[in-house]
Amino acid sequence: MKFRNPLANALNHGSAGDGVGHWWAQRLSAMLMMVLTAWSVYAVSVIVGGDYATIRAWLGQPVHAALASLFVLTALYHATLGLQVVIEDYVHQRAVEMFLLISIKLLAVISALVVVFSMFAIASGV
Amino acid sequence: MATQQRPLSPHLQIYRPQLTSVLSISHRITGVLLSVGLVPLVVWLVALGRGPEAYAAVMAVFSHPLAVVLWVAWSFALFYHLCNGIRHLLWDAGLFLDLKSAYATGWTVVVLAGVLTALAWGVWS
Repeated sequence: MKFRNPLANALNHGSAGDGVGHWWAQRLSAMLMMVLTAWSVYAVSVIVGGDYATIRAWLGQPVHAALASLFVLTALYHATLGLQVVIEDYVHQRAVEMFLLISIKLLAVISALVVVFSMFAIASGV
Repeated sequence: MATQQRPLSPHLQIYRPQLTSVLSISHRITGVLLSVGLVPLVVWLVALGRGPEAYAAVMAVFSHPLAVVLWVAWSFALFYHLCNGIRHLLWDAGLFLDLKSAYATGWTVVVLAGVLTALAWGVWS
Protein backbone atom coordinates (compact mmCIF):
# COMPACT_ATOMS: atom_id res chain seq x y z
CA MET A 1 0.00 0.00 0.00
CA LYS A 2 1.41 3.36 -1.03
CA PHE A 3 0.69 6.34 1.17
CA ARG A 4 2.53 8.84 -1.00
CA ASN A 5 0.67 11.36 -3.05
CA PRO A 6 1.06 10.50 -6.78
CA LEU A 7 2.02 14.15 -7.37
CA ALA A 8 5.10 13.65 -5.11
CA ASN A 9 6.26 10.81 -7.40
CA ALA A 10 5.65 12.87 -10.51
CA LEU A 11 7.66 15.78 -9.11
CA ASN A 12 10.47 13.48 -7.87
CA HIS A 13 9.94 14.47 -4.25
CA GLY A 14 10.77 12.29 -1.27
CA SER A 15 13.46 9.68 -0.66
CA ALA A 16 15.73 8.74 -3.58
CA GLY A 17 15.77 5.19 -2.23
CA ASP A 18 19.55 4.68 -2.44
CA GLY A 19 20.61 6.23 0.87
CA VAL A 20 21.24 2.93 2.65
CA GLY A 21 23.60 1.75 -0.11
CA HIS A 22 25.58 4.99 0.15
CA TRP A 23 25.73 4.66 3.95
CA TRP A 24 27.12 1.10 3.75
CA ALA A 25 29.58 1.95 0.98
CA GLN A 26 30.98 4.81 3.05
CA ARG A 27 31.40 2.60 6.17
CA LEU A 28 32.90 -0.39 4.34
CA SER A 29 35.36 1.79 2.41
CA ALA A 30 36.22 3.47 5.75
CA MET A 31 37.10 0.07 7.27
CA LEU A 32 39.28 -0.74 4.26
CA MET A 33 40.98 2.67 4.62
CA MET A 34 41.84 1.88 8.27
CA VAL A 35 43.97 -1.08 7.15
CA LEU A 36 45.40 0.67 4.09
CA THR A 37 46.34 3.78 6.12
CA ALA A 38 48.50 1.58 8.38
CA TRP A 39 50.29 0.34 5.24
CA SER A 40 50.67 3.92 3.92
CA VAL A 41 52.43 5.05 7.13
CA TYR A 42 54.89 2.16 6.66
CA ALA A 43 55.21 2.97 2.94
CA VAL A 44 56.09 6.63 3.62
CA SER A 45 58.76 5.54 6.13
CA VAL A 46 60.38 3.41 3.40
CA ILE A 47 59.94 6.01 0.63
CA VAL A 48 61.00 9.16 2.51
CA GLY A 49 64.54 10.25 1.60
CA GLY A 50 64.93 7.47 -0.97
CA ASP A 51 66.13 8.08 -4.53
CA TYR A 52 64.05 7.51 -7.67
CA ALA A 53 65.36 4.02 -8.51
CA THR A 54 64.99 2.71 -4.94
CA ILE A 55 61.43 4.02 -4.55
CA ARG A 56 60.35 2.70 -7.95
CA ALA A 57 61.84 -0.72 -7.24
CA TRP A 58 60.16 -0.91 -3.84
CA LEU A 59 56.75 0.30 -5.02
CA GLY A 60 57.07 -1.94 -8.10
CA GLN A 61 56.97 -5.13 -6.01
CA PRO A 62 53.61 -6.84 -6.67
CA VAL A 63 52.42 -6.62 -3.04
CA HIS A 64 53.22 -2.92 -2.67
CA ALA A 65 52.00 -2.02 -6.18
CA ALA A 66 48.68 -3.73 -5.38
CA LEU A 67 48.39 -2.07 -1.96
CA ALA A 68 49.29 1.36 -3.37
CA SER A 69 46.64 0.97 -6.11
CA LEU A 70 44.09 -0.23 -3.57
CA PHE A 71 44.95 2.69 -1.26
CA VAL A 72 44.41 5.34 -3.95
CA LEU A 73 41.31 3.68 -5.45
CA THR A 74 39.61 3.16 -2.07
CA ALA A 75 40.55 6.70 -1.00
CA LEU A 76 39.11 8.13 -4.24
CA TYR A 77 35.89 6.15 -3.74
CA HIS A 78 35.57 7.11 -0.05
CA ALA A 79 36.38 10.77 -0.86
CA THR A 80 33.77 10.89 -3.64
CA LEU A 81 31.09 9.50 -1.31
CA GLY A 82 32.02 12.03 1.39
CA LEU A 83 32.30 15.04 -0.94
CA GLN A 84 28.92 14.12 -2.44
CA VAL A 85 27.25 14.46 0.97
CA VAL A 86 29.06 17.73 1.74
CA ILE A 87 27.99 19.21 -1.63
CA GLU A 88 24.39 18.00 -1.20
CA ASP A 89 24.26 19.55 2.28
CA TYR A 90 25.79 22.97 1.61
CA VAL A 91 25.27 23.85 -2.08
CA HIS A 92 21.72 25.06 -2.53
CA GLN A 93 21.73 26.20 -6.17
CA ARG A 94 20.67 23.14 -8.12
CA ALA A 95 22.79 23.92 -11.21
CA VAL A 96 25.99 24.49 -9.18
CA GLU A 97 25.25 21.40 -7.09
CA MET A 98 24.85 19.17 -10.16
CA PHE A 99 27.99 20.64 -11.77
CA LEU A 100 30.06 19.89 -8.63
CA LEU A 101 28.58 16.40 -8.16
CA ILE A 102 29.36 15.44 -11.77
CA SER A 103 32.82 17.08 -11.61
CA ILE A 104 34.01 15.17 -8.52
CA LYS A 105 32.80 11.86 -9.98
CA LEU A 106 34.50 12.46 -13.34
CA LEU A 107 37.68 13.60 -11.59
CA ALA A 108 37.66 10.46 -9.40
CA VAL A 109 37.21 8.14 -12.41
CA ILE A 110 39.97 9.90 -14.40
CA SER A 111 42.34 9.84 -11.40
CA ALA A 112 41.61 6.15 -10.85
CA LEU A 113 42.48 5.28 -14.48
CA VAL A 114 45.63 7.43 -14.44
CA VAL A 115 46.82 5.82 -11.19
CA VAL A 116 46.14 2.26 -12.38
CA PHE A 117 48.09 2.81 -15.60
CA SER A 118 50.96 4.49 -13.68
CA MET A 119 51.09 1.60 -11.20
CA PHE A 120 51.19 -0.86 -14.12
CA ALA A 121 54.15 1.04 -15.55
CA ILE A 122 55.89 1.12 -12.16
CA ALA A 123 55.23 -2.58 -11.45
CA SER A 124 56.31 -3.79 -14.90
CA GLY A 125 59.39 -1.56 -15.05
CA VAL A 126 58.34 0.18 -18.32
CA MET B 1 6.07 24.02 -2.83
CA ALA B 2 5.72 25.91 0.45
CA THR B 3 5.61 29.59 -0.41
CA GLN B 4 4.45 31.04 2.91
CA GLN B 5 7.07 32.30 5.40
CA ARG B 6 7.22 29.66 8.08
CA PRO B 7 9.27 29.91 11.31
CA LEU B 8 12.79 28.42 11.08
CA SER B 9 14.80 26.71 13.80
CA PRO B 10 17.65 28.86 15.21
CA HIS B 11 20.72 29.13 12.96
CA LEU B 12 24.03 27.52 13.82
CA GLN B 13 25.68 30.80 14.93
CA ILE B 14 23.20 31.04 17.84
CA TYR B 15 24.73 28.04 19.62
CA ARG B 16 27.90 28.15 21.72
CA PRO B 17 30.58 25.94 20.13
CA GLN B 18 31.16 22.77 22.13
CA LEU B 19 33.58 19.86 21.74
CA THR B 20 31.00 17.57 20.14
CA SER B 21 29.91 20.06 17.48
CA VAL B 22 33.48 21.27 16.76
CA LEU B 23 34.73 17.68 16.30
CA SER B 24 31.73 16.90 14.10
CA ILE B 25 32.38 19.73 11.63
CA SER B 26 36.14 19.04 11.86
CA HIS B 27 35.47 15.53 10.56
CA ARG B 28 33.92 17.03 7.43
CA ILE B 29 36.59 19.72 7.04
CA THR B 30 39.46 17.21 7.37
CA GLY B 31 37.60 14.89 4.95
CA VAL B 32 37.41 17.64 2.32
CA LEU B 33 41.10 18.57 2.90
CA LEU B 34 42.16 14.91 2.55
CA SER B 35 40.18 14.66 -0.71
CA VAL B 36 42.14 17.66 -2.02
CA GLY B 37 45.32 15.94 -0.79
CA LEU B 38 44.63 13.04 -3.17
CA VAL B 39 45.53 15.36 -6.07
CA PRO B 40 49.25 15.67 -5.15
CA LEU B 41 49.31 11.93 -4.35
CA VAL B 42 48.04 11.10 -7.85
CA VAL B 43 50.50 13.62 -9.39
CA TRP B 44 53.37 12.00 -7.43
CA LEU B 45 52.46 8.47 -8.62
CA VAL B 46 52.13 9.64 -12.24
CA ALA B 47 55.56 11.33 -12.04
CA LEU B 48 57.05 8.15 -10.58
CA GLY B 49 55.63 6.18 -13.51
CA ARG B 50 56.82 8.70 -16.13
CA GLY B 51 60.52 8.75 -15.32
CA PRO B 52 63.37 10.36 -13.35
CA GLU B 53 63.03 13.86 -14.95
CA ALA B 54 59.30 14.17 -14.21
CA TYR B 55 59.90 12.78 -10.71
CA ALA B 56 62.68 15.28 -9.98
CA ALA B 57 60.50 18.18 -11.18
CA VAL B 58 57.60 17.13 -8.94
CA MET B 59 59.86 16.50 -5.94
CA ALA B 60 61.43 19.98 -6.31
CA VAL B 61 57.97 21.41 -5.59
CA PHE B 62 56.91 18.78 -3.05
CA SER B 63 60.06 19.17 -0.89
CA HIS B 64 59.75 22.96 -0.65
CA PRO B 65 59.49 24.04 3.04
CA LEU B 66 55.98 25.42 2.44
CA ALA B 67 54.92 22.07 0.96
CA VAL B 68 56.38 20.26 3.99
CA VAL B 69 54.15 22.40 6.24
CA LEU B 70 51.20 21.16 4.14
CA TRP B 71 52.32 17.50 4.49
CA VAL B 72 52.40 17.88 8.28
CA ALA B 73 48.93 19.48 8.25
CA TRP B 74 47.65 16.75 5.93
CA SER B 75 49.09 13.97 8.11
CA PHE B 76 47.33 15.47 11.16
CA ALA B 77 44.08 15.69 9.15
CA LEU B 78 44.56 12.02 8.17
CA PHE B 79 45.11 10.81 11.74
CA TYR B 80 42.26 12.96 13.05
CA HIS B 81 39.85 11.70 10.37
CA LEU B 82 41.03 8.12 11.00
CA CYS B 83 40.53 8.31 14.80
CA ASN B 84 37.25 10.22 14.61
CA GLY B 85 36.09 7.87 11.83
CA ILE B 86 36.61 4.92 14.18
CA ARG B 87 34.60 6.91 16.77
CA HIS B 88 31.79 7.22 14.21
CA LEU B 89 31.95 3.49 13.40
CA LEU B 90 31.66 2.69 17.12
CA TRP B 91 28.61 4.96 17.32
CA ASP B 92 27.15 3.16 14.29
CA ALA B 93 27.59 -0.08 16.24
CA GLY B 94 25.55 1.49 19.08
CA LEU B 95 28.50 2.04 21.45
CA PHE B 96 29.51 5.17 23.48
CA LEU B 97 26.35 7.06 22.56
CA ASP B 98 25.75 8.76 25.94
CA LEU B 99 26.93 12.35 26.50
CA LYS B 100 29.74 11.45 28.92
CA SER B 101 31.22 8.89 26.47
CA ALA B 102 30.85 11.34 23.56
CA TYR B 103 33.13 13.78 25.43
CA ALA B 104 35.56 11.09 26.64
CA THR B 105 35.98 9.57 23.16
CA GLY B 106 36.14 13.10 21.70
CA TRP B 107 39.12 14.14 23.82
CA THR B 108 40.73 10.73 23.19
CA VAL B 109 40.50 11.37 19.44
CA VAL B 110 42.09 14.84 19.75
CA VAL B 111 45.00 13.59 21.88
CA LEU B 112 45.50 10.41 19.80
CA ALA B 113 45.56 12.36 16.52
CA GLY B 114 48.30 14.63 17.92
CA VAL B 115 50.32 11.72 19.31
CA LEU B 116 50.07 9.71 16.07
CA THR B 117 51.16 12.75 14.01
CA ALA B 118 54.20 13.27 16.29
CA LEU B 119 55.06 9.53 16.23
CA ALA B 120 54.73 9.30 12.44
CA TRP B 121 56.99 12.29 11.84
CA GLY B 122 59.43 10.86 14.38
CA VAL B 123 59.67 7.75 12.18
CA TRP B 124 59.52 9.63 8.86
CA SER B 125 62.17 12.31 9.52
